[in-house]
Amino acid sequence: MARLFVRNSDPSGQRRARPAWSRLPSPRALFLLWLPAALIAAAILLPILYLIIRASSGGISAWVHILRPSTLAVLGRTALLGVSVTGLSVALALPLAWLTQRTDLPGHKLWALITPLPLVVPSYVGAYLFASALGPRGLLQGWLEQPFGITRLPDLYGFPGSLLVLTLLNYPFVLLSLRAALQRMDPALEEAARSLGQSAWGTFWKITFPQLRPAMTAGGLLVLLYVLRDFGAVSVMRYNTFTRVIYVQYQNSFDRSAAAALSILLVALSLVVLLAEMRWRGRSTHHNAARTPKKSKRLPLGAWRWPALIFCGLIIGLALLLPAGILLYWLARGLGSGEQIVSLWQASRNSIVASTMAALLAVAASLPVVILDVRRPSRGSRVLERISYLAFALPGIVVALALVFFGANFAPWIYQTLPMLGLAYLILFLPQAIGAVRTSMLQAHPSMEEAARSLGKSPPEVFRRITLPLVRPGIAAAAALVFLSTMKELPVTLILAPIGFKTLATSVWSSVSEAFFAQAAAPALLLIVASSLPMAILVSRESSPG
Amino acid sequence: MQDIALKLEGVSKQFGVDVAVHELNLGVARDQVLALVGPSGCGKTTALRLIAGFERPDFGAIWLENRIVSDPYTFLPPEKRGVGMVFQDYALFPHMTVFENVAFGLQAKSGSRPDQRVKSMLTLVGLETRAERYPHELSGGERQRIALARALVPEPVLLLLDEPFSNLDADLRLKMREDVRVILKGIHATAIFVTHDQEEALYMGDRLAVMNVGRIEQLGSPEDIFHRPQTRFVAEFMGNTDFLPARVVANGLETEIGVLPQKIEAPLDTAVEIAMRADDVSFAPEAGGNALILARQFRGVMNFYRLKLPSGRLLHAYAPHTQILPAGTRVRVWADPGHPLAVFHDSKAISPNN
Repeated sequence: MARLFVRNSDPSGQRRARPAWSRLPSPRALFLLWLPAALIAAAILLPILYLIIRASSGGISAWVHILRPSTLAVLGRTALLGVSVTGLSVALALPLAWLTQRTDLPGHKLWALITPLPLVVPSYVGAYLFASALGPRGLLQGWLEQPFGITRLPDLYGFPGSLLVLTLLNYPFVLLSLRAALQRMDPALEEAARSLGQSAWGTFWKITFPQLRPAMTAGGLLVLLYVLRDFGAVSVMRYNTFTRVIYVQYQNSFDRSAAAALSILLVALSLVVLLAEMRWRGRSTHHNAARTPKKSKRLPLGAWRWPALIFCGLIIGLALLLPAGILLYWLARGLGSGEQIVSLWQASRNSIVASTMAALLAVAASLPVVILDVRRPSRGSRVLERISYLAFALPGIVVALALVFFGANFAPWIYQTLPMLGLAYLILFLPQAIGAVRTSMLQAHPSMEEAARSLGKSPPEVFRRITLPLVRPGIAAAAALVFLSTMKELPVTLILAPIGFKTLATSVWSSVSEAFFAQAAAPALLLIVASSLPMAILVSRESSPG
Repeated sequence: MQDIALKLEGVSKQFGVDVAVHELNLGVARDQVLALVGPSGCGKTTALRLIAGFERPDFGAIWLENRIVSDPYTFLPPEKRGVGMVFQDYALFPHMTVFENVAFGLQAKSGSRPDQRVKSMLTLVGLETRAERYPHELSGGERQRIALARALVPEPVLLLLDEPFSNLDADLRLKMREDVRVILKGIHATAIFVTHDQEEALYMGDRLAVMNVGRIEQLGSPEDIFHRPQTRFVAEFMGNTDFLPARVVANGLETEIGVLPQKIEAPLDTAVEIAMRADDVSFAPEAGGNALILARQFRGVMNFYRLKLPSGRLLHAYAPHTQILPAGTRVRVWADPGHPLAVFHDSKAISPNN
């Protein structure tokens, strides 16, 4: 018997288990992966921990502040805006996604290309364009005054303006999520329903819609999250939600523990939404077929194509053409009055410097976290990944505020320097980078790395020659995403940028807050153009086969 | 001992609370192909990954060519073991050409004309014309052969193949089986071949190891495994086998279809089970017969019948393709193996009494 043979021939006692130290990660993994990842997690936790300390040090009064009726009113306004924008976004995105993916809508390819585009417009730019044109005494009123004697339009500022702008700029989150779900869905299911006697309408509600629900909910929660953290639109529209109130508190009061308390409340709210989003996102992606389903046949719309076209046209007209027209108008006015090209050039350069820095930092920081999470799953790596993902729940204004407090008190040498700004961007945008890199790392099957090792290559060489080329698309996407987001980012840049470091975003902001609408047009246009480039890359990647 | 290429002693591996491999003992002689076969989840892939160095055992030791590569204090990483592996999904590098894939394992230092080695290996697997293609431009069978070529180029001391044919169509699988066996035997490769398909294991292996829940149930030649299963599990797994309860009596084994005149080493009255394959069972139509035909499957060269015994137990039997009887026909069933049948007591085989 083989077993007897073992006992006789092996007096050294191989029954001993591996010693405990052999279960630890190797020194190389410890130094190259665990150490950087732990530092990153600490950096993310730093602001939120500091906020809690800060709010507590304000004593009872800071927490009492939370319970004041005015705070509850802020909470109410924020919730109202969030729910309204989310509901309206879903109502726009669901028909848009279905029409462009599943019907013979005339020009559906073009519609599919342009309907997500409002995503590239920063919210404060959108708000500025709408406010300057449709405000009570905006462009439209000016044109109507002579012929009709209208001296004032209904008030756009406050809730209606915020709702309009945030919906038109954020519905693409739901749209993209729904489109991805529609593309993943096996068209055979719909065909089966039709063959069992369901009408097209019945098939949509009984088969398609239930399958889209997780993606729809996940996209909707993402919109909600963005509304919670939005600073630009509500500030321009002067609607007192959390972010605006926090900013005003920060600017006007010496006791900043009230701002800290409000920030904690906002983070808590965002966390709840984020956790819900994670849960639904999981449901929407898990049961997707490994092979790509065959292309589905498009449903003929018949006479319905006219209302469908009008619907799509209205949305694009309102979300893209109208703002573009207003922007061009202000641009012409600004150029006519002689714009300072020099300051524009400097702002562009600063924006590019800041965004490049953020993209490099975020991609570099994402790699150890993703490698640990995907390739060496353990309790520790899961905790790290969760922490870095939680940064999604940190609104920019909160990160900025926390770093201001922290820098002013503990690290004055870094306060209002570029590294400090970089740290804030890293905290803010790391989740995006991790998401993109993680996706491509998951697609690269580990057996390829194992094959390389069984062919005699060391782990660093395998990483360089196999892993890195395989995840390069993910790294490119991550860099593009972070670049785009940093370009558009306002509150962190506003609060943490070194003195005199004017970016395109802060140029727009300062011009708009002083109502120099023509002056804001040129940097706004550059901003939109610059942030369209990564978007174009992402969209072309999405539409390319494979 | 010199021609032992691989030896495993008491190797165990646990993932959380799941025991994947339990006290595995195994030896593979040089130039030998061992087929490791078992149902999915039996630990055969884990065993392979332990040998390759992708996992580290909790207990036990592994020797490669008389060198310890893994024990409680030693762990040689996969790149230092010289073990080649063909993956189930082939794991070809998508960003490299076929040539680059196959050349990947060659060390820059080895001065022996790497290009020449790659080319001769591509010729060996019959794909010398595909060198400049990318993996996605190849068919499934071609990818399979490139994966084999890539693993063989660095001249591994041991080649591991992890269910290499499971992603191929049935026709192609039969052809690849033959091709791969010819190649492996032609270069005198030492290999472990993992599969869940018993027929494939019988064809590919010089020796077979049947695994179940992390242990090796039986190790032996294909004929041994098939004709002399040591456990009930092996008998069940290796062939479509029915188990007929029986009792040891003076003149043989008494079953509900009569006495089988086979003597075994067991006291009288012992309750046993007889492993019966469909070709061991005969039957003929008879009005008062002891069984009933439930169904007939026409399998071309023969008919495959499902029979119901008086106890309600089912028994399967082959009959010539000319013998067509409808379901519901009464028949008389008897065992007519022409060779001793495997007999089990307590799921362990009882050796025949010669």
